[in-house]
Amino acid sequence: MGSYQVYIHVPFCMRRCGYCDFNTYTARDLGGGASREHYADLAIQEMRMVRDWQTSRGLIEPPVSTIFFGGGTPTILPAQDLVRMVEAVADLWGLSPEAEITTEANPDTVDRAYLEQLLRGGINRVSFGMQSAVPSVLATLDRTHTPANVTTDVAAAKDLGLRASVDLIYGTPGERLEDWRTSLQAALDLGVDHVSAYALTLEPTTKMGRAVRRGQLPAPDDDDEATKYEMADDMLSQAGLYWYEISNWARPGQESRHNLGYWHNVDWAGIGPGAHSHYRALEGQDTGMALVEEAQKSEPIPSVSPGFRATGKAAAQEADPGARWWLSPEPGLEERHARAIRSWDIAHPRDWAAAMDDGRVPWQDAELLGWRQDLEETVMLALRLPEGLGLDRLTRLAGRPVDPKILKDLVDQGLLLPVGDRIQVTRRGRLLNDLVIDQVLEAVGIR
Amino acid sequence: MQEAKNQPGFTDQSLIRNFCIIAHIDHGKSTVADRILQLSGIVPKREMHDRFLDRMDIEQERGITIKSQAVRLPWVKDGVEYTLGMIDTPGHVDFTYEVSRALEACEGAVLLVDATQGIEAQTLSNLYMALEDDLTIIPVLNKIDLPSAEPDKHAEEIANLIGCSTDEVLRVSGKTGEGIRELVDRIVDRIPAPKGDPKAPARALIFDSVYDSYRGIVTYIRMVDGELKERQKIRMMGRGTVHDPIELGVISPDMTPTKALGAGEVGYVITGVKDVSQSKVGDTVTTEANPAKEPLPGYQDPQPMVYSGLFPIDNAQFPELRDALDKLKLNDAALVYEPETSVALGFGFRCGFLGLLHMEIVTERLSREFGMDLIATAPNVTYQVTMEDGSEHTVTNPSEFPDGKVRQILEPVVSADIITPKEFIGPVMELCQDHRGQMGTMEYLSPERVEMHYRMPLAEIVFDFFDQLKSRTKGYASLDYQPDGTQSADLVKVDILIQGEKIDAFSAIVHKDKAYAYGVMMTKKLRKLIPRQQFEIPIQAAIGSRIIARETISALRKDVLAKCYGGDITRKRKLLEKQKAGKKRMKMLGHVEVPQEAFIAALSTGQAQDRDTKDKIRAAAKKEG
Repeated sequence: MGSYQVYIHVPFCMRRCGYCDFNTYTARDLGGGASREHYADLAIQEMRMVRDWQTSRGLIEPPVSTIFFGGGTPTILPAQDLVRMVEAVADLWGLSPEAEITTEANPDTVDRAYLEQLLRGGINRVSFGMQSAVPSVLATLDRTHTPANVTTDVAAAKDLGLRASVDLIYGTPGERLEDWRTSLQAALDLGVDHVSAYALTLEPTTKMGRAVRRGQLPAPDDDDEATKYEMADDMLSQAGLYWYEISNWARPGQESRHNLGYWHNVDWAGIGPGAHSHYRALEGQDTGMALVEEAQKSEPIPSVSPGFRATGKAAAQEADPGARWWLSPEPGLEERHARAIRSWDIAHPRDWAAAMDDGRVPWQDAELLGWRQDLEETVMLALRLPEGLGLDRLTRLAGRPVDPKILKDLVDQGLLLPVGDRIQVTRRGRLLNDLVIDQVLEAVGIR
Repeated sequence: MQEAKNQPGFTDQSLIRNFCIIAHIDHGKSTVADRILQLSGIVPKREMHDRFLDRMDIEQERGITIKSQAVRLPWVKDGVEYTLGMIDTPGHVDFTYEVSRALEACEGAVLLVDATQGIEAQTLSNLYMALEDDLTIIPVLNKIDLPSAEPDKHAEEIANLIGCSTDEVLRVSGKTGEGIRELVDRIVDRIPAPKGDPKAPARALIFDSVYDSYRGIVTYIRMVDGELKERQKIRMMGRGTVHDPIELGVISPDMTPTKALGAGEVGYVITGVKDVSQSKVGDTVTTEANPAKEPLPGYQDPQPMVYSGLFPIDNAQFPELRDALDKLKLNDAALVYEPETSVALGFGFRCGFLGLLHMEIVTERLSREFGMDLIATAPNVTYQVTMEDGSEHTVTNPSEFPDGKVRQILEPVVSADIITPKEFIGPVMELCQDHRGQMGTMEYLSPERVEMHYRMPLAEIVFDFFDQLKSRTKGYASLDYQPDGTQSADLVKVDILIQGEKIDAFSAIVHKDKAYAYGVMMTKKLRKLIPRQQFEIPIQAAIGSRIIARETISALRKDVLAKCYGGDITRKRKLLEKQKAGKKRMKMLGHVEVPQEAFIAALSTGQAQDRDTKDKIRAAAKKEG
């Protein structure tokens, strides 16, 4: 706890993949000064504004322990732009000496020279979007790189001394079990120390979502994905990569510290269109509400979409003047304060840039996380990790004892493992994680 | 617009004509009634919305009349002002008894037949009822403006039926208004004036009663003898209760208070009493000061034919459901109910209905007018079960079906009359045979149309017979049926087990030959309706301990969202909260979570059978030999 990290979103791609619903754009220039060329400047501007806001609210964060460039395709920008943003973070907040600095990379946008520039600029970890080693699967996913790109890039990264990870997707329509085995083996053959493997999640609004709805592609099948998950877990752990989060495997010490930060519910600043931020440093203060109010009171920007205006969800939720937002609905609990605030940036780069032009932190909206939300998130995140959740912590957060019967049922069903004073998910419990989360919350009276 | 001069309470009986309209659904009765109202001048044109008389939402939407209404309207003929009492009647087979109530309040009936379709089975049976009551019949063909009308052909059909000449069959169009004036003139000429004794002690028949949330109970009455005056204590002769009427009045076309109601008049009385049992349809109203000696004959309460359990989805709504049923019961004597407990569905009521439409309408009124969220179990008829040990059981609910050796089961039988164009005789015969019907006689009503007579188990009709009849005859056939005793039948109780646990709400009593079909259909339906859970769920159908069908819901292996990074947390938490909210609408059957929708869908009567279902039924039946 107590760490602070920075996420920087780069909302540009060469082309949009059919399965992707991330906040990303293929145009070079999105208007209002929001172009790829000026992107680093804009992101740095936002960092300054966020830093000013933090100072004005008395919010003191420790030096940044991790930086993560995600996208979109961060490596679509010149390497120097990424380096400049790292420098800006260091200037504004300070950087801890052993900071982990990661960028996602599309295998066909980088080469050795590019990686070398990143390394010199302080970036020490690269996560490659490999997705699959099977050309037909890559084609269904609209990916333009070849398996050979990945081999070359990873070799170069390792040679330079960068930590390297690959992302894989399973459950693509038409992917056979053998295809998945091929992809896993290819990832292991690269010699990476970290693999993320994600079940393809079909978003209805994407090109692939529409194709499935029209019957042009078969829908991903849960059972098939479960089998492939087990295959991944078997092959990766046999190769010495242990699971440290539902979808992530690494050699000990090679975990993504940045991502672990999310699951440990630390503070982070999200920079860039659509990026989310999370501040627990507000805990115990009343400043959270004041900050939401003040941001919402400011005039909306005419002609561009919302900015941070009073019609936001948080505003509606808190509109009841008699309701003190940090009060728990149940009496008897001591912790009455909002534990944290989560805000998210305006999604469209043009409007995001315009809000900053107007002198405002470019948030779309924010929510205050009271004890209930915080409890739900803590349980939901902790149960994704092998160390699981301490029962004393759970009891303390919930302010009530845990119903042992519900936990016993989960243990009996082979979903949970009691280890000392902790509960940990089994492999089956990983696959049925939503069910486990639901029941554990039920066990502390959250219905 | 004419000014009505005949004041309620002061109208000579010789100037009064009370009539109702007998017609099949969609034959245009309400349109004709509206037209009459409009011509009488009591409804200003701008307020005239279609189907003025049908006040309930459901009636307006479905285009059918459920509750009769009684309107007083003036009509001038040859310089004399007459007062007409027009009583609207429902047209559906389930509401025969309400028609009979309306008939009791009239001296004549308009027999309204669609000139494009001809007379239907239900209309025919209502017509016979009217003839039995010695009502004067005025035959009318409606919709003559339509190009497909065949008035000559259908006039002959009607003339044959009631023994009049074809010239006497009037031809009108409710839509254009053509012939309506002539029709009302004919009513004035032909229908006899009431012949009660205006000097005798008051006697009025309660022919309808409705609950109004502002005014309490509104009781519709037909004055037979004497008169009722405002502020005069009245006595309900059957109940023996005495009330102070708050208001006497007539509907013309809205509720209009009057000082009195005289012999022969139709009107309403409001007592301010909110207890629904105080105003029983069929009872006789008299005055406390000068009571009549003998009550009017009244009505016989109709017997429910079909039973179903109604359960509030939220069990906390049970008292509200009781209250709502009490209020509906007020003007729906056929509705009977008593509390019932189901393991699967909690607390509810076992309700008796006249038929499926009656059941549908009651459940719909409960949901619309009273905001109830209900699950209805499959409809059931009444069985008399005799056991080997001689004990006898009346079974209106599969859960009451006794265990042990059965000697005999008696099921109710009806005689069914079906009128159909002759080209559908084959399909109708096939359908009736499928439903264990025994054919009786068959008559030609005209060269094109026949009336077929069958004796059939009621249980076969209440399920989906009517829908199938309609679909096999392109909508042309019509059906009417009357109770016709009981018969012994080879019936079994099929239970449905989820994870080995019997789910009482899904049990059904069916004929042995159909047990497999029911078992296969139900297990398949449930397999589709129950979401996968973390363990395998067997769904079985059984007769006693013998399993006749089985489906399996395989265990859910994965539910987890693969990614959960900084930008996903809010969304994931909200999804989780939504799932939690959704779970509240689940019923726990043992360990199995069953969504409410699954109960509703599984208990719906739709029985579309795909190929796989048919194959499985055949296989199950074969295996059992």
